[in-house]
Amino acid sequence: MLRINLRALSHVRQPLARPLGLSRSLHQHVSPKQTDFNVIQSKIDPLSADFAEKKKGFEVLANKLASIHEQVTDPAFIPEKIKTKHLAKNKILPRDRITALIDPGTSFVELSLLAGHEMYGKDKVPAGGIITGLGQVNGVTCMIVANDSTVKGGTYFPITVRKHLRAQEIAMQNKLPCLYLVDSGGANLPHQADVFPSHNHFGRIFFQQSRMSSAKVPQLSLVLGPCTAGGAYVPAMSDESIIVKGGGHIFLAGPPLVKAATGEIVSAEDLGGGEMHSSVSGVTDYLVESEQEGIERLRECVKNLNYPQNNGHVTYNQTPAPIEEPLYDPKELGGIVGDNLRISYDVREVIARIVDGSRFSEFKAKYGESLVCGFATIHNHKVGILANNGPLYSESSLKGAHFIQLCKQRDIPLVFLQNISGFMVGSEAERGGIAKNGAKLVNAVVGSGVERFTVVIGGSYGAGNYGMCGRAYDPRFLFTWPNSRTAVMGAEQLAQVMESVRSEKGHADALRERVEHESMAEFGSARLWDDGVIKPEDTRKYLALALEASRGGVRQKEDTDFGIWRM
Amino acid sequence: MRRVINSTLRSYSTKAASQSNASVQPEILKSLCVANRGEIVHRVCDTASKMGIDTTSFYTEPDGNLAFSRSANNNLNLGADTKGYLEMDKIVRLAKENGCDSIHPGYGFLSENSEFAKKVQDAGLIFVGPPAAAMEAMGSKSRSKEIMTDAGVSCVPGYHGENQDPKFLEAESEKMGFPVLIKAVLGGGGKGMRIVESKADFQKQLASAKSEAKSSFGDERVLVEKYIKRPRHVEVQVFADKFGNVVALGERDCSVQRRHQKVLEESPAPGLELYSADCRQKMYKQACDAARAVNYEGAGTVEFIFDRDSPNGQFYFMEMNTRLQVEHPVTEMVTGVDLVEWQLLIASGRPLPKTQEEIQADMDKLGVHAIEARIYCEDPFNQFMPSSGKIVHMQLPQVGNPRLDVTFEQGDTVSPLYDPMIGKLIVRGDSREEALKKLRLALNEYEIVGPTTNIEFIKRVLKHEGFRGNNPTDLDTGFIPRHGEVLFANEGTPSEVYVQAAIAQAFPKALSAPSILEAANAFSSVGTAGWSSMQTREVTFKNGKESVVVTLTQLPGTNPTEHTFAAKVGDKAIGNVTASHFNGKARFKFPTGQHVNTVVSNDSNLGNVNEVHVFHRGTHHKVELATPDWITAVNKRIGAGAAAGGSFNDPDALEVATPMPCRVVRVTVKPGDVVSKDDELLVIESMKMETTVRSAREQPTKVKRVAFVPGDLVKQGSVLIEYEE
Repeated sequence: MLRINLRALSHVRQPLARPLGLSRSLHQHVSPKQTDFNVIQSKIDPLSADFAEKKKGFEVLANKLASIHEQVTDPAFIPEKIKTKHLAKNKILPRDRITALIDPGTSFVELSLLAGHEMYGKDKVPAGGIITGLGQVNGVTCMIVANDSTVKGGTYFPITVRKHLRAQEIAMQNKLPCLYLVDSGGANLPHQADVFPSHNHFGRIFFQQSRMSSAKVPQLSLVLGPCTAGGAYVPAMSDESIIVKGGGHIFLAGPPLVKAATGEIVSAEDLGGGEMHSSVSGVTDYLVESEQEGIERLRECVKNLNYPQNNGHVTYNQTPAPIEEPLYDPKELGGIVGDNLRISYDVREVIARIVDGSRFSEFKAKYGESLVCGFATIHNHKVGILANNGPLYSESSLKGAHFIQLCKQRDIPLVFLQNISGFMVGSEAERGGIAKNGAKLVNAVVGSGVERFTVVIGGSYGAGNYGMCGRAYDPRFLFTWPNSRTAVMGAEQLAQVMESVRSEKGHADALRERVEHESMAEFGSARLWDDGVIKPEDTRKYLALALEASRGGVRQKEDTDFGIWRM
Repeated sequence: MRRVINSTLRSYSTKAASQSNASVQPEILKSLCVANRGEIVHRVCDTASKMGIDTTSFYTEPDGNLAFSRSANNNLNLGADTKGYLEMDKIVRLAKENGCDSIHPGYGFLSENSEFAKKVQDAGLIFVGPPAAAMEAMGSKSRSKEIMTDAGVSCVPGYHGENQDPKFLEAESEKMGFPVLIKAVLGGGGKGMRIVESKADFQKQLASAKSEAKSSFGDERVLVEKYIKRPRHVEVQVFADKFGNVVALGERDCSVQRRHQKVLEESPAPGLELYSADCRQKMYKQACDAARAVNYEGAGTVEFIFDRDSPNGQFYFMEMNTRLQVEHPVTEMVTGVDLVEWQLLIASGRPLPKTQEEIQADMDKLGVHAIEARIYCEDPFNQFMPSSGKIVHMQLPQVGNPRLDVTFEQGDTVSPLYDPMIGKLIVRGDSREEALKKLRLALNEYEIVGPTTNIEFIKRVLKHEGFRGNNPTDLDTGFIPRHGEVLFANEGTPSEVYVQAAIAQAFPKALSAPSILEAANAFSSVGTAGWSSMQTREVTFKNGKESVVVTLTQLPGTNPTEHTFAAKVGDKAIGNVTASHFNGKARFKFPTGQHVNTVVSNDSNLGNVNEVHVFHRGTHHKVELATPDWITAVNKRIGAGAAAGGSFNDPDALEVATPMPCRVVRVTVKPGDVVSKDDELLVIESMKMETTVRSAREQPTKVKRVAFVPGDLVKQGSVLIEYEE
């Protein structure tokens, strides 16, 4: 045996002495940590005077917004008389209802808190009189739409209608079950002309309900207060409805109008109370005796939707793994961006404070440098990021279009970090076909099919807004930072243009001031140009929640058709 | 980790050989069966196995999932009948069929039944215990006294005769003077025992004692004795072999008793040397004389009543227990002897391994003080009401490496059919003081949720001034009733405990290890985001008639595995509390410090799902979640019954429901009767213990309905008596 083995070995050639420098280039093993060259190396010095000054400027803006938000959400700001009256009827305050509804220990992503801010003169309409947001109920992410009857009896101002419609749109796009906590006096009559008849007015709510239902988006109503006239259709068009005895009333016309119209004298309870609707008309399906019971019943109804729960499976083929926080403190973002849009910074510093492990796999880093593109993960969701590092040139537009196509084909959602003064102007740019190349970017954004999320982290001007997936380009969610400005162009330039067109001198300053005011974050947010102003440090959280809401649960994927066009 | 026996087995064969006259030693038992249940089965099997003896155990079907029912090499089913452990013929037959040569009776059940001992012997098996004649002699209290008196052992004056005429017994009692003690002739363990303070009470107490004696022992005969006001219960462990050798293995003080059941047992009995230098030796001698007088063999305990108030330490023979006692571990600790090993040697026909001098020398050398706490399922804070049910959580103490002889494990169900003792905790120290301190630390770690236990109560006893130190100032059998006010005082619940209970209730996920899926779900892991989207929740607890409201405002988290709350209890701000999971427990960071505690809540196996248990700084706190009005309203509407539980003490309840499964012994009232506070309604029995149920109504109330008749078995939560409104 041994001898045979020895003989077999004799066939092996003796190794030759290796000539120096000509050895075979074997792969030398490296540990995954050694190859971690995607980690963004921050150059920010949080101890520098420059940083401190920018931070200070930013905080002025942030503090102002914090105080507005506090006034909107803190029950201490509800007028005492209204609050007492509300509580005396054994009713729970609207935000407390939501707290009771969602799973303890989970986030409630309240949207558009600034809706209606300073829009109606001396009429204050905090949060637009309606609370909307994403919440987890028995493990299922839901869109919650709750009338705030402590604000003008929960009546619908024009902004209320728009916020309601926006919530339905989010539910529809992201296939989120929609829960209506109904407690509204219907259309706000003095504003009826701006609420009732037009395309995106009150009627559109029920049109949407029907569309959502046909798209298999579940809708449940809990009737806690009046649902008069059109409002009656919210529960009536829901899949299932719960009504609180004594509190909830559904009728096409309330007792006073019935008396005026037909002379019939009838109590609200007999006309449209829970007992009647649950046992006679069948308009409602569950009768409950208290709001708490109604909320528990609603939670139970969500359980029975048989809807997929949030489970951390971020993509169909990915196993969940522990989440890595960014290496750099997101709280530093304020000091990085500051309050002056003219002072530039490297947008990678922002990315480093948003993505998992501050890891960013950059695409085409040396080409079209004013648009930074690359892959990263946020709470384990793979995302494609497009972030501005200057105005959009032809090259950057082409690069963006190319990158979007990659993401589309790979089913990777897109995150746009907008800080854009616009597409490059001037003869060189025009001769280079900026219009044509910009169009490619816009076209890629629209046709990308995957979920898009936009955060306005600085300026959002002109066609840059479009190329970087502004509101009109249907991002699933759009959030803005306190320092952001949104306008067709900078206030200064706008004033100059107007001056040159009108050749009127005196108006320039007033115009500049007005445009400056209109481009502020709170102005836009009040008008639902976004889904809310967020603190930069919360960006990562909001994106994680938005990704979970969009890509978790039930999801409809759009199909791709062309191959990738290299640009 | 079931139990630890610290005594090491010594080489008994050489020791025995040196003492025996016979040139050929009798062989050690080959196959032993243990006719008992619970921890003693483990205890006996462990030593038998060490000696190379094959073991067999018995169990009834209700016990079929307890660890002891699979602890022996061979485990035999006695069937569904709960009285299986008393079926002598079956046990003997099974032992024989399964090739056993001997039976160890443990304690309780058949251990002191001479008829059983005879049956064992008649079947050709060895009974590990004394001869039947000795058992018989000591089994009857009246006869044993006669024998003892003849043997020169001092006895308490009393009537031990056959005349059971109630009038005669009353007259005898008057002769010796009240207070007197009525005891069942065949009694033991406090059953069928009554103290009568005055002549007026005598007949009623006699009837009650006779009834309990009848149900416990099948014999209603009683004896009457003079009652010593401040007695200590001191007993001597004796051992005798077939060759007439008798030794004493120290004494035990078992004075801390409730309802005549021992709670704490220790050795040596503290302070005897203060009465007289030879007090102990005198007692040992009398104990050995007592054993000799009945030709005793094996392990036995001679119980004395020690009169605390006598100047020279006067003691009287009370009775002799002809078995291995529950509290034998403390003797093992102070003597270094494995008592079961000695029992098995003597049953094998071997001589005593040690002389009295050698034993004394070992004890002096060890210089140990040992103490045992019996862990009972009962509620000391509610008249020691027996408790049963599933053990939802159990943590055995580790600190100081204590000895644990336990019957139940986590997940086991304590049945109301058997004894409420679920285990024993034994520690030792170089002094009494040290032993007590170690016991206290071990009890702080001893956590049981499910049935109510006496662990908290034992901690109270240990804390009491009159029990502490090397020479306790107030140790006698009246200790518990005398200090009831302090021992049973409501010590209140710290705010921190309410906060922990509230977090456990409202945010159970904060305290458990998040699954990787849960951690990856952004909604549960990012914490609150936004400007001020804080969620505030209230958790309301019931504290007697008051409610305690804990307000928790969820704050933005910094770490996905931690949850931070701004907490308030009532109007008192507690500050920010961070809750997380830590090594299977809950970790709470308060502004003042942090705790890693066990919190049990929301467990449907608990008798009352509203209970929240918090083990905080060595104390077991139980708080109860209030039921909001709207839930009460819903339950009423859907016809759901009140929460399972029931209580005898709710003055507002118009229904008296039993908090435990029980058997109705006697019904005192009938519909139409008007009862006032503390009037007797009925007597129930649970866990071998009779409980008198009394009216808790503040105002005289008319009885509307009596739901059961004597003999009925009643489920937990069932209504026994209904009042008219």
